[in-house]
Amino acid sequence: MSFLLFQVSCIIYLLSAATYLFFFLSEKKKFRKVARWLFFIAAVLHTLNILFRYIEAGHTPITSHHETISFFAWATAWSYLSFRWRYTVKNLGTFVSTLVVVLMLVAAFSSRHIIPLAPVYQSWWLPVHASISLVAYAFLALSFLGSIMYLLQEREIKQKRFGLFYSRLPSLEALDKLNHHCLSVGFTLLTLGLVTGVLWAKQAWGAYWHWDPKETWSLITWFLYAGVMHQRFTVGWRGRRIAVISIIAFVSAMFTLWGVSFLLKGVHTYAS
Amino acid sequence: MPRDTIVLLGVNHKTTPLAIREKLAISGGYDHSLEVLSKLDGIKECYLLSTCNRVEVLFTCREPTECSNGVLEMLFADAATGDDFEKYVYQYQDEAAVEHLFMVAASLDSMIVGEAQILGQLKEAYRYASNHKSSGFVLNKLLHKAFSTAKRVRTETGIGASAVSISYAAVELAKKIFGDLHDKKVLLIGAGEMAELAAENLVGQGVAEVVVANRTLQRAVTLARCFNGYAVALEEVLGQLEQVDIVISSTGATEVILNKDDVRGVMRERRNRPLFFIDIAVPRDLDAGINELDNVYLYDIDDLNNVVEMNKSERDREAVKAERIVAEEKLKFTKWLENLVTTPTIIELRKMVDEVVMGEYQKTVNRINGLTESDKRSMEKMASAIAKKLMHHPLQYLKTDHHCVNQTERITVVRALFNLDNNESMK
Repeated sequence: MSFLLFQVSCIIYLLSAATYLFFFLSEKKKFRKVARWLFFIAAVLHTLNILFRYIEAGHTPITSHHETISFFAWATAWSYLSFRWRYTVKNLGTFVSTLVVVLMLVAAFSSRHIIPLAPVYQSWWLPVHASISLVAYAFLALSFLGSIMYLLQEREIKQKRFGLFYSRLPSLEALDKLNHHCLSVGFTLLTLGLVTGVLWAKQAWGAYWHWDPKETWSLITWFLYAGVMHQRFTVGWRGRRIAVISIIAFVSAMFTLWGVSFLLKGVHTYAS
Repeated sequence: MPRDTIVLLGVNHKTTPLAIREKLAISGGYDHSLEVLSKLDGIKECYLLSTCNRVEVLFTCREPTECSNGVLEMLFADAATGDDFEKYVYQYQDEAAVEHLFMVAASLDSMIVGEAQILGQLKEAYRYASNHKSSGFVLNKLLHKAFSTAKRVRTETGIGASAVSISYAAVELAKKIFGDLHDKKVLLIGAGEMAELAAENLVGQGVAEVVVANRTLQRAVTLARCFNGYAVALEEVLGQLEQVDIVISSTGATEVILNKDDVRGVMRERRNRPLFFIDIAVPRDLDAGINELDNVYLYDIDDLNNVVEMNKSERDREAVKAERIVAEEKLKFTKWLENLVTTPTIIELRKMVDEVVMGEYQKTVNRINGLTESDKRSMEKMASAIAKKLMHHPLQYLKTDHHCVNQTERITVVRALFNLDNNESMK
């Protein structure tokens, strides 16, 4: 049942992204409306999928590779919807839906096998730590997309050559605001994720910190984002610089999420 | 009986170089020129439009050739000779004149196709003509039709949608940088006409405040007052840069007045809030290196021209649609004009019938004795009712379109049937 829901939501996400892309190119408003509804429906079905998976697995489904990415996609979709509820950023939907589809496809091609939880993970810290971290990543993903849009738009305005993006992307100010908002929320959650991780580590292994590769990398990521926030508030960095660093920081965050698990072995061994 | 001819003659930016146009522009103002025009022999109605890109006279008359010569001599006498008329002046009659006027009103004949100012200028010129009562039945109808055509073109095509002139282009860019312009401040360095126009556009978009810096403070104060802003001295510009968001520079200075390092320092003070420079001065006022700074955007007059050019091709596509609308409206108006031809016939016919009715009625009343006033009134009513009933179909025949008999033929038939052209024999 959960897999069927997953498949259906994946297909609807795909349709939504295609419609968004079509809207992006044609700029016909009726397609945007259709795309928004498709995206919303897909997100709702995706939520049901996660609930069913929870019932099937008997624990919060954020342990296997498939589950993490699916949850990440889900969080991205909903953080976008929550953001959209307050601000509209022209054509952000096109970028977000594309990212969500990519994540869903990656999730679809990884093993859906339910891994029984090792005793050390059987704790209520698991849903708290993992979901907070993933929602943090979701907001940081939005800021990553906003940064890409900012750089595309800024390039066209600076170089005075107006191509595909100038009329389709929103104003630089709007993108910078998007970036700021998502970074603030994302960074706060990221910090919380780190703190819960540290507390859980103390409980599970008796030490707050033991330089596990994943811990190291998440600390690096955290410092990058902390640097962005600091520069923004003290010196007033904004625009291009913030965008570039937030892209770098997001790549580092993604490495923390996946790269470390595949390349460097550590205690976060869900990707078996 | 033919109707009056509509004649339009004039010069515009396409036919005539600026040097000649400058001399032609109506120097005495609309009032004076209209006064002189309407006093010319043979001219029934007239209207005059003068902008920096065109001077056009529209009038109705019986003898188009004679009248146009008179108009040309009167308007352009001091500025141009007979040869120049031949070379530069275009002249349209009736349908062609209507079409040209509609094209002008719809901004299809403008230097920058789709710009919105021309319609306002047309309306203003018409206001003068109607105040002077120099425009009458035909021109009033024609000009109102021109306004509605322009409006149709504007709403049904995208011709006015993209940036159409330099100042619009600047506003568009400002919106792409700042998003909302409502809390933004503008600084004008130099109080030239272009700067004023751009500032006006920005104020139209809701910009919060306008600051004017100028070499002569007097001019700065006057201009600032127009926008409810304030004036500063040229030396204060650097300090002002910390406060404002959009800078429009148009001084006549021969050297650069702001260089990259000045602006770099300011950006630190501004905490990197974006700054948009528009340099419309020739030679340029601002160091081109300014554009290399983060969060600073500099556009000079050539860059803005490129933006305008870019929007042009899209506009040209819309122009095809717009021309179709103009053609439609022209057709409607010529229909109306043609129907106008029947009006004198109808009037004459009615007049003749009335005369016959009254004549016969008088004859009868005089012969019968002892009629009361109300009897007389009833008889008169009856007589005119019979006449009206009988005339209904002939009039209808004259007025409504007939697919196999054209209008001139119908008029001839009716005039022959009722012997309108040889009234004397009736009596």
